[in-house]
Amino acid sequence: MSTLAMIYIFLLAIFTGVEVIARVPTVLHTPLMSGANAIHGIVLIGGVIVLGKAGDNMVLFTLGFVAVILGTLNVVGGFVVTDRMLEMFKAKPVAKDNKDAK
Amino acid sequence: MISLPEIAYLLASLSFIFGLKRLSSPRTARSGNIVAAIGMALALAGTFILPDMGNFVWIILAIVIGTIPGWLLAKKVKMTAMPQMVSLFNGMGGACALFISLGEWLDKIYPDITAKMADHPPTIGFGKFQHEVAASFPMLLGIVLGAISFTGSLIAFGKLQGLVTEKPVRWPLQKLINVVVVLGILGAAVASDFTASLPSHTALVWVIVLVVLGLVLGVLQVLPIGGADMPVVISVLNSCTGLAAAVTGFAMQNMSMIIAGTLVGAAGSLLTLLMCKAMNRSLAKVIFGSFGGGAAAGQAAAGLGDKTQREIVAAECAVMMGYARKVIIVPGYGLAVAQAQHMVHELDELLEKRGVEVKYAIHPVAGRMPGHMNVLLAEADVPYPKLLDMDEINPEFEQADVVLVIGANDVVNPAARTDPGSPIFGMPILNADKAKNIIVIKRGRGTGFAGIENDLFYNPKTRMLFGDAKKALQELTTEVKAL
Repeated sequence: MSTLAMIYIFLLAIFTGVEVIARVPTVLHTPLMSGANAIHGIVLIGGVIVLGKAGDNMVLFTLGFVAVILGTLNVVGGFVVTDRMLEMFKAKPVAKDNKDAK
Repeated sequence: MISLPEIAYLLASLSFIFGLKRLSSPRTARSGNIVAAIGMALALAGTFILPDMGNFVWIILAIVIGTIPGWLLAKKVKMTAMPQMVSLFNGMGGACALFISLGEWLDKIYPDITAKMADHPPTIGFGKFQHEVAASFPMLLGIVLGAISFTGSLIAFGKLQGLVTEKPVRWPLQKLINVVVVLGILGAAVASDFTASLPSHTALVWVIVLVVLGLVLGVLQVLPIGGADMPVVISVLNSCTGLAAAVTGFAMQNMSMIIAGTLVGAAGSLLTLLMCKAMNRSLAKVIFGSFGGGAAAGQAAAGLGDKTQREIVAAECAVMMGYARKVIIVPGYGLAVAQAQHMVHELDELLEKRGVEVKYAIHPVAGRMPGHMNVLLAEADVPYPKLLDMDEINPEFEQADVVLVIGANDVVNPAARTDPGSPIFGMPILNADKAKNIIVIKRGRGTGFAGIENDLFYNPKTRMLFGDAKKALQELTTEVKAL
């Protein structure tokens, strides 16, 4: 892949990242931060590649192995914490009906 | 021909964009998180079938080792401790990027050097220098960003967890030291590139210097920042890790890493600005200045010296609230600490049964994180429509008979409106002081998180109910029941 192509992707992704969350309400700031935190756990696959291609190079093997553990922590912890936060936001139609009935 | 891993990466990238989009609306947020998680699984699966891969047993072992504590920590942690968990996981991601970038450098740049040692006389050539820069720049940047995220996030975690002091830490020549460290990082990066064309290990030494300085910078940057600003700091570090992931993607020529990392870097930066806007703090002030302890705050406190706070007992509060037409509850960090969200909901239901209109006023930065209070109250089944944003609720305070402030302080401090000398001057606040009566539940007479005196507590309309939020609410509930 050419460096120029990567820079194009980089720039377009910046605009996408900003546009996609531009209208987020305050209540979702924390869960959104947490969700984004889980997404940058994508470094995990970098770790997998380093470890997968390390062969018997002990230095690379060790770096890759530790990187995969850390990346997994980021991904799993990130998504699970976000899900727990968002669990709280599920709609509660019953409660709303009560209020309207008042 | 597009290969299978590339298709997986493409789908993963799309799912990240789609997931983020859904995460920014309350109705679709949860599914957005799941969509992104599925994308992550796809990207991982695609990586397994890349050509020339090996060590599969070890990869799976490492994933299992990472999954178990990650899962347990995330499941077991209390709702109040969520912010520091995010910071901790963010730090892990930063460290991961650091290790990968280091690995890439050792794999791609370093062997060149070793080869040169065999068949080249020592030369320092600018032509070679340029070549090394193009290849090694993303790796060196990944190392620095990853290192900063790692130690910075750990310090932020420590501050929120109470392992490191929440107060801003100051030392002599602070700014100068930071500048020296930043220059040192630039110098080490250039030196490692420059010496990479030399047939010696000098370049490796410089890379190690780079790692150490990056780690040091993370600590130096976060230690001087007070606990109140940690949400913003975590958000900054979050985008920092995103960027680290992106540049690591550049180094590895991995499309999904570039896209996902950049998305997070960009979205995280915007989120940081939105948070700062909600607190009316400039990002520069968060990073280079700190709350409290300033001369102005001291003066304001001295000016309040002869005023008194008026205490009240639960029974009297119950009467005031039980016979009110409209009560507005202002929850703050004290509510979260005391885990009193269920108690407050019980009180709210009791009052509603008596025909009192109860609403919650949610300041954008109440608690330690934007959205913190919403999450807590939603956990206690408080109906979503009763939680009102600052702009919606502020005009209603004047009609409120009673405002019940539970463990909130700076977000209701009128000094933000009236005292230009106050460090929080200009921050949008909840106009609790406009209500007919104000009851403040507070653990003690101390100042708030930002260390600033609060005029509201000395207001003649204000009554203080001292005690732990949960206990105080329990008493209140009992008294309301007895009315």
